[in-house]
Amino acid sequence: MNMYPRPSFDADAKANTNANAVTDADANVGANININSNADANFNANPSTSLSGHAGLKQHRPAAPSKLKHYLTAAIILLLLWGSAVDTDASWGKLIQGSPNMLDLLREMFPPKWSYFDNIVPAMLETIRMALIGTTFGAILAVPVALLCASNLSRSAWIYQPVRFLLNLVRTIPDLLLAAIFVAIFGLGPLPGIMALSVFSFGLIAKLTYEALETIDRGPLEAMTAVGATPVQRIAFGVVPQIQAHFISYVLYTFEINVRAAAVLGLVGAGGIGHYYEVTLGFLEYDKTCMIILFTLVVVLLIDYVSTKLREKWL
Amino acid sequence: MTTNTTTWRHKVPKPKKNRYRLLIYILLLLLYVWAFAGIPFDGIKETAGQITKSILSGLFSPDWDYVYLPDGEDLLRGLLETLTISILGTFVSTLVCLPFAFWAAANRGKSRFVSGSGKILLSFVRTFPEIVMALLFIKAVGPNAFAGVLALGLHSVGMLGKLFADEIENMDHGPTEALIAAGANRLQILWYAVLPQVLPGFLSYTLYRFEINLRSATILGVIGAGGIGTPLIFALSSRDWDRVGIILLGIIVMITLVDWMSGYLRKKLV
Repeated sequence: MNMYPRPSFDADAKANTNANAVTDADANVGANININSNADANFNANPSTSLSGHAGLKQHRPAAPSKLKHYLTAAIILLLLWGSAVDTDASWGKLIQGSPNMLDLLREMFPPKWSYFDNIVPAMLETIRMALIGTTFGAILAVPVALLCASNLSRSAWIYQPVRFLLNLVRTIPDLLLAAIFVAIFGLGPLPGIMALSVFSFGLIAKLTYEALETIDRGPLEAMTAVGATPVQRIAFGVVPQIQAHFISYVLYTFEINVRAAAVLGLVGAGGIGHYYEVTLGFLEYDKTCMIILFTLVVVLLIDYVSTKLREKWL
Repeated sequence: MTTNTTTWRHKVPKPKKNRYRLLIYILLLLLYVWAFAGIPFDGIKETAGQITKSILSGLFSPDWDYVYLPDGEDLLRGLLETLTISILGTFVSTLVCLPFAFWAAANRGKSRFVSGSGKILLSFVRTFPEIVMALLFIKAVGPNAFAGVLALGLHSVGMLGKLFADEIENMDHGPTEALIAAGANRLQILWYAVLPQVLPGFLSYTLYRFEINLRSATILGVIGAGGIGTPLIFALSSRDWDRVGIILLGIIVMITLVDWMSGYLRKKLV
């Protein structure tokens, strides 16, 4: 109101204010509130008069949206947080109490033991190998499933809905849990790690690919159907050229994720550099742990950088 | 007729092949040879098939008694703790990442050095695996759920901060400028121009991160940072396959439900 003064309606507004003041005074309301209500009335009156020139229409101004929903949402969130804090036994006191311990830990971690580098290079290479092989197997498995899932390529909802449901189930299990299960089945070593990463990448790549498949241009497919192409030909010449850049990009992205995941799979005995966390932490050699962390960081950042550059080039 | 087709062929040449194509294939082949040569493959354990069968039969005949035990550890309590760890972890990271997001957002009238340094810091935090963070926090606050909360809270800052910064960068500057012109102070600008624009995006990303955190929280127990992971590891090492089956089922059901709810909320938000 104050931002947009409308001088031409001043008289009208003033009349309104006066009228209000009189009624308020009659009702014996305190001076403070009186001023407030006057301001409100003024605020309400002016736009309506400016629109229709009729003060009686002022109740048509829409009321401000109710804030009840916001308050309820806030209350629910606060309740959830409070319940969570009680359940996990979280408290600031504990954090403050524990922080000297943590500072000690950090002090012991620095400087990192650089000479440990030679010991962990083979494990790091194994980590990268696991990520590479796992991503490849996952990508190969994902292709047919993604074709089955895409609603514009699949025959009927009876095929793609159940396959999608299974795919969602596969994606609910985190990679480290998969690795723990595969370790129980196949024993220690990189093999269960590779299988866990394969299953995980399969779920991720299949989902990303089928979503991309659903956005492809139908034109080429219809043209090929019109000239009598077989389903295989339609996929090879109509679908693949449209999707391959996306697919390569998704595979590279999954590879980035898998390198990070492979670096911790060793914690459950599934090969790679993660095994050394347990070894060094178990012997309280925190300077070596720090070296592992730094090395992993460098390798992950490097692979991320190369992969991002490749993806930018391909897309 | 034949002359016609030949001229037609002349007019439309085949697309040129990438000159480096062969080189890329050879490099990829070498990479795979290197990768497969380095993996020791000495056959699969003969018990593997049997154990797979027992896990599958465990999945189909789960240990229903474990769902609720009146005293001590059971499935529902484990799942509840996992859920609460991820709720609290997500909340902590949302609070912590807000200043970082505004730091890393490259807005007008801000030096590139400032936003660049913020972005590098966030990507640094992102590459730090949450399970390693949990290992460190366990040393600080002991092996309990609180260590898991702190690990998730700190790790998620990296990704949430980046997503939030992107959201701030993509903001429309009109309302901000209008408020500046009307003489609003910085707090008012933040409250009336910035927040209404970024809040739906922030909430949506927070929910998305919550989904990821829930998955992470299920594995934190593997190293003792609370949640359903601990009983799962115990069941695996004691070869109690029926219990493994019920825990896996519980995890799958919980994550599916939460994904579904969070997806619904996110659809409503944006």
